[in-house]
Order: sequence, then C-alpha cells, then structure tokens
Amino acid sequence: MSGFIRFLEPQPAILARRRQIVADLADLLAKDGLIHEPRELVPFETDAFVSYRRLPLAVALPRTTEEVAAVLRYCHKYAIPVVPRGAGTSLSGGAIPQEDAVVIGLSKMTRILDVDFANRCATVQAGVTNLNISEAVMAEGFFYAPDPSSQLACTIGGNIGMNSGGAHCLKYGVTTNNLLGVTLVLIDGTVIELGGKHLDSAGYDLLGLVCGHEGQLGIVTEATVRLIARPEGARPVLFGFETSEEAGSCVADVIGSGIIPVAIEFMDKPAIEICEAFAKAGYPLDVGALLIVEVEGSEPEMEAMLSGIVEIARRHGVKTVRECQSATEAAAIWKGRKSAFGATGRIADYICMDGTVPLSQLSHVLKKTSEIVDRLGLRVANVFHAGDGNMHPLILFNANDPEDAARAEQAGNEILKLCVDAGGCLTGEHGVGIEKRDLMTHQYKKPDLDQQMAVRAAFDPQWLLNPSKVFPLDGRSAA
Amino acid sequence: MMLCPQTEAEACDIVRDHAARSAPLAVCGGNTRAGFGNAVAAETVLSSRATAGITAYNPAEMVMTAKAGTPVEDVQAALAENGQMLAFEPADHRAAMGTEGEPTIGGVFAANVSGPRRFVAGAARDSLLGIRFVNGRGEAIANGGRVMKNVTGLDLVKLLAGSHGTLGFLTEVTFRVLPVAKAVETLVISCLNDAEAAHAMAAAMALPVEVSGAAHLPESVKGRFAGGVLADGAATVLRLEGLAASVALRMEKLAAAMAAYGPVSRLGGEASHRLWREVRDIHPYADGTSRPLWRVSVAPSAGHQLVAALRLETGVDAYYDWQGGLVWMRMEADPEAALLRGYMKALGGGHATLLRATPTIRAATPAFEPQAPGVALLSARVKAALDPQGIFNPGKMG
Repeated sequence: MSGFIRFLEPQPAILARRRQIVADLADLLAKDGLIHEPRELVPFETDAFVSYRRLPLAVALPRTTEEVAAVLRYCHKYAIPVVPRGAGTSLSGGAIPQEDAVVIGLSKMTRILDVDFANRCATVQAGVTNLNISEAVMAEGFFYAPDPSSQLACTIGGNIGMNSGGAHCLKYGVTTNNLLGVTLVLIDGTVIELGGKHLDSAGYDLLGLVCGHEGQLGIVTEATVRLIARPEGARPVLFGFETSEEAGSCVADVIGSGIIPVAIEFMDKPAIEICEAFAKAGYPLDVGALLIVEVEGSEPEMEAMLSGIVEIARRHGVKTVRECQSATEAAAIWKGRKSAFGATGRIADYICMDGTVPLSQLSHVLKKTSEIVDRLGLRVANVFHAGDGNMHPLILFNANDPEDAARAEQAGNEILKLCVDAGGCLTGEHGVGIEKRDLMTHQYKKPDLDQQMAVRAAFDPQWLLNPSKVFPLDGRSAA
Repeated sequence: MMLCPQTEAEACDIVRDHAARSAPLAVCGGNTRAGFGNAVAAETVLSSRATAGITAYNPAEMVMTAKAGTPVEDVQAALAENGQMLAFEPADHRAAMGTEGEPTIGGVFAANVSGPRRFVAGAARDSLLGIRFVNGRGEAIANGGRVMKNVTGLDLVKLLAGSHGTLGFLTEVTFRVLPVAKAVETLVISCLNDAEAAHAMAAAMALPVEVSGAAHLPESVKGRFAGGVLADGAATVLRLEGLAASVALRMEKLAAAMAAYGPVSRLGGEASHRLWREVRDIHPYADGTSRPLWRVSVAPSAGHQLVAALRLETGVDAYYDWQGGLVWMRMEADPEAALLRGYMKALGGGHATLLRATPTIRAATPAFEPQAPGVALLSARVKAALDPQGIFNPGKMG
C-alpha cells in the first residue's frame, strides 16, 4: 500500500546513539540474543500487515523474564521506544517496528513450564505457540481453546496482546476468557504477577486490562492458561444456501434456538471458489453462500444437535447439506476454511477487515459491503465467524497499482465505519494496530479515548511501548 | 444523604460537583453487597437504583443492555420469558451477608459476581460486553460495545468489573446471555473426605462430559442443602446440563467413572436446581450470625490442604465450590486473617476476601487480599487515571 498511515517520526538523538545502544543491549542479553546488522533486521521490518515496513534499531531476543526486565529498564532509562513482537502474524500491523525502536521478540522464550491437570491449567513462556499448548496436553485429553487461524505460528504472548479469538470461541470464548495469569514486565523493568492458578483477582482486574493491550502496557513473559477436556468428537457439517441473506438468517435462528455449536463459519461465493480451488475440500460450487457448523460431543449427542440444526437450515431453504463421514472429510472442510487467507493471497493481494456486527445486522452489512466494493471497482471475498458476528471481508487488489491500493484502503475504511454504524466495532480479534488507529475516533468519542489513554499512561507515562499504535497520533495530550 | 440520579447527565453533575470539592462518595447499586471491601467513610451515598430499565434485548442475538440500577430480578424475569439466563449464575448475597434491599445488575458487575459455573462459563466480567460509566471527573465514558468479539482499544470493561465502585459510577451495562439448559441432573458421590473429593472432581473435570458444576459438601454442612435429601456422609456433587438426551448419555458415563470413588446417586429436577442455588448463595453460612465468613479463591487442588492446615489451629467450617474456584469458610470466632493468608501463600497463592464479621473485626482486617507492592502501586496509578480526586468509595479496596 502507499503509506497513508503515519508513524511517529524517529528521534534523531536516539538514532545518533545507535552504536552505543547496540553495545549496551548486547551486554544485557545472552549470546545470540541481539540482532543489529541491517540485513538481519529485515525479517523484523513488518508483520502480516505487509503494506508497511520500518527497520528497527535493533532486535532483542531475550530468554528469560530477567532479560526482558533488563532491556526494558535500559530502554526506559534512555527513553527508547520498544515494540514487542510475538511471531509477527499480526494482521493489523501491531508488531511493525519504527526506526528508533528496539524490538523485543519472544522467539527464544518457548518453554512449557508447568502442565497441571489437577488444576486444569498450563504455564508457559510467552513465545510458546498457540498450537504447542494444545499438543502438549492432547495425550491427557485436554486442549487450549482459542484457535486463531495462525495457531501454528502465533505465540501465546501475541495472543494475549491481541486478545485473539478463532473459529471455536463461540463456545469457549476468546483469549481473555481462557487466561488465568501472567508475568508482566512493566516499562521500568518491574516484574509483576497477575492472577495465577486461582480464578479472578483480589484487586482490579489488571489481567483483563492487559489482555488485548497490543503491547501498550508492558511485556508478558509467562502465561497460565485454562485447559479444557477435549470433547469425544467434533463434526463439521456444510450447508449451502442460494443467498447470503438465507445463510445469515439461518445463523440467527440456530443461535436463537438454544443449540450452541462450537463454530459457525460463513463463506460467500467468491470465498468458496477461492478456497475450493486451493484446498479441494469438496465445497459445493453451485451455491451463493456456505455455512460450516461444527458440533461436539459423543456420537449420539452430535446426532441430536445436528438434526436440530438441519431442521432449522431446511426452514431457511438450504440447498446442500453435507455431513462428513470420516475424520479426513472433517479435516478437509476445516482445511478449506483455515486456508482462506493463504488461498486468497495466491490469486491477488488483499487486505482483511475484522469488524464485528450484531447478528441481526449480518445481511445488511454484507449487502452494503458489496455495494462499497462495487462502487470502487474492487472485488471482495467474505469468510468469517458468523456465530459471533465477526466479519472478515477480504478486499482483493493489485499492490503494484498505487491507485488500486488506495481504493482498497478506502473500501476497508468505509466497511469498518459501516460495522461501527451498524452497532458493532472496528476489530473483533485482529487488533487496532496501525491499520485501524485513525478510525478509533469513529468508534469512540474524545472523552472515551482520553480515558483509555489516561489508563495507558498509568502503565507507561512516557509512551515508550509500541507508541505508534492503537491511539491516533494527534490528540494524545490527555495522557 | 443518598443521591439517586435518574439520568447519566444528572450523575455527571453530581460527580463533577463532588470532584471539585474533593468530597467522597459512597458508590453503590442496591447496596446488598456492602460487605465486600472495607467500610467507606463518606457522608454522601451515590446509588444507581433510580436508573432502571432494560434498554435493548434481542433474544436471537443473546445480548441485553440495561441501566445499571435495573433489579437483577427484572433482568432474570425478562430472560426467563425467552428461555435465557445469565451464564455466570450471580450469587444473591443477602442471606449470607445479612443485608436487605434489591440487588441491581450494575452491582452484580461492579462486584464481578460469579457462581458454580465460573470455570466453564466465566464470572460476570466474562459476560460483560460493554459499559457506560461516569468517571471521577464527571465525564460519561463508553467502553466495549454489544458484540461478543471486540478488541477495539483498551478493555476498560474488565477493569470496571470487580472494581466495587472505586473507579467509576456504572450507568449502563451490556452483557451476553445464554439459553437455559433444557435438562439438568446432578450426580452425588457420598462419603468422600475432602482430599478424595478433590481427586474425584479433578477426574470428573478431565472427562469429556462437560461438568458445569462441581462442589464438595462435607458432612458438617451437607444437611443444609436441598432440604436435607442428600444421602448419608459428605456429598460430592457434579452437575450436567444440556439437551435431555445428551445429559442422559453423559450422566451414564460420569456415574460409571465416579462409582470407583464412592457410592453414587442422582438428583434431578427442582432438588438439583435448589442445591446449586444454595451452593451459589453460601446457604449453610446464611445463619444470621456475624461469624467471620471468607470467600477464598485458590487453585482447586490447594483448597482441601488449606482447610486441613487451618483446622489444626483454629475452628473453621468449610465447603468447596470447586467449579466456582472457591472455598467458603466460616470461622468460629477470630477471622484468623494472617493464618489463612499465610497458609494460602505457602500453598501457591490466591486471594481471601472477608465478606462478613463484626464491625470491630472488619475495621481491623483488610477485607481484600493485600497486594504485592508492584501491583498495589500500579493499581493506585490506574485508580488515579479514572478518579484523580479519589472520591469514589475511598479505602474500600485498600
């Protein structure tokens, strides 16, 4: 994209001290713990929001909480900006650095510290990947519930930063509902423990505040998460509808009926075609919209729930119902859905929006989305978590054409405003980052934002932590 | 004096006026949970009870918005009409705390109340999607929204939940609701001691049967539950909920696995509902006394160890709301705060809240768990960011 979003200007005084800073940081970290050669810094210049890039001043890769504290204490002392980074899978630019910032990456903090089945929790270093937690506890019949599409790569530290969701949070909630405790390093190097193996807090729910903080409040180095008994079985069913409207009203009725599936995923015609071409999941190509509804439990339980859901779908004129007969078929159905972003990336450049809307507004928002995209001469593929109203329109464009890119960014902004105006929000699970920063004033009034910034400043009065993100650059005086 | 503003704008005026004079306000809803926290020294009470009413409710979206002063009873009645409920089973503390009045929905969230479904469905904070509140400057603030997934900006919703009116005056809350389960049945395992029960409950939790409530009721309290119908000896109770066919299947599985621990029986219908309501509402200690009552949150496996350690040194009665993550303790005389908090720390940490005691004891005992210095300092800064003059419920949370 063409760089409409501003970053804070790098501070010359910090850039001028680069050599000294690099030497000092190297002393604070173990061998191989610091990256500073320009060519080696390139992999850290952006995240999954690849339209924007900035080379950082240096990248620290600490191994322990103490090393994180030492680096933060140093950066605090010399007022050097810090950008925390998990696996760099942020879709909103949350981990994109800036020229005068030290990146603190979690890639060397990958130890699983404690798995405690009696207390149904696990404690891990923040660089452990989301999927690794579930894999570590699978043999005992447990799993960790939030499952963002990037779960193979994304870290629990990043998940906490963004309060990540996933397809299955309809039943199990998002990160904040599954997080029991963290070790948090504050900007001045103070290490605090929030929560633990017990539930809730004696004082303010700082754990709840820290979840989704987008690297603004500190650096999480360890996390204790809730483990849940893995259901006996899970089965996704495909439902094909003539129109998106029919699919949308079917979703509302399923939810309203009292059956809560673990996931309800929605794909429109362009998304079905893109995913089918890539994953060969056996998606029907003669329908206008597809729902993947997944239920869990023992065979008879799943039968009971599915028969109820099928009945509701029939009332909404469902055209195709495909129940899978084997685990392989089930895996194929999910493979198609989970590869949606990657598959789209093969045919075009895209930006992925993440607004959430009330369920009653789904059809309206889908219709308006295609009007916006049509008007700007672009294409859109919709694939999203319908059960909780979390939309993911993928706006396709050509990154080599600056005008096309500008139009895509405009379409994205208009769609997000549409979500807010429909009673929803800018971002359901990807975070504000830099991408949606300047739209925050559309969702929040000035006192609302000022209040958030004042709370932010209680953690980091000098605004050193991830300073270009989340809050519009103008109007930060309140802090 | 009690001020009961009827609109948010009126509340803003009151707060602005008090902030200008640094005059403290005792913030409450129906004041039925006044026992939470230290006593507040403020001549003026600011209550949300006059701002009542459900402002938006679309059952198909499973989301409700209500003014903070709406009676919990009204919320539950409106939900019940549509076969829905508050997933977090908010406790009614009136009987145990010896208070009167009408609990409000704002009070439920301000105290982050939870129940036996805590571990699986969360506490009040997990259902809360959006809030409106008046901060200590007298400004009306909105945070969150009315959708289930929302990561737009800092989550002040969680921060205000459980802040007991010390950070802001809630005026409106938007929360997620869930369908009422079609069927409920409780499995009772008899005659386990506290340690055996902890093992049995952990084993039940590890089964793929979705236990939605687990409690251990030692012999000393058992007779006080479900009208005394539970079989002889201590009762360890496990609740299953869902579609009738599904509950029946899971119950078979659970009963078969739990038979290895002790004699099992089943409790259904109204008796089961009553049992879990009583577990939630601390029924055995709703005894009309002011004997010290503790709400203790520890790792599940530490609960019985903590009680065993205390028993060697003091008179304590306890029962375990395991899925609620709580041990309820009633002391004979002295609250033994230092002893309790010391053992708790040694057993891996947690927090103990003194919910009830004589005024003299309360004045001498910090109601909430004292915090580590780093956390206390940060909490004070957060408080100042919302309530710079420190006028909301000063001293309540320490």
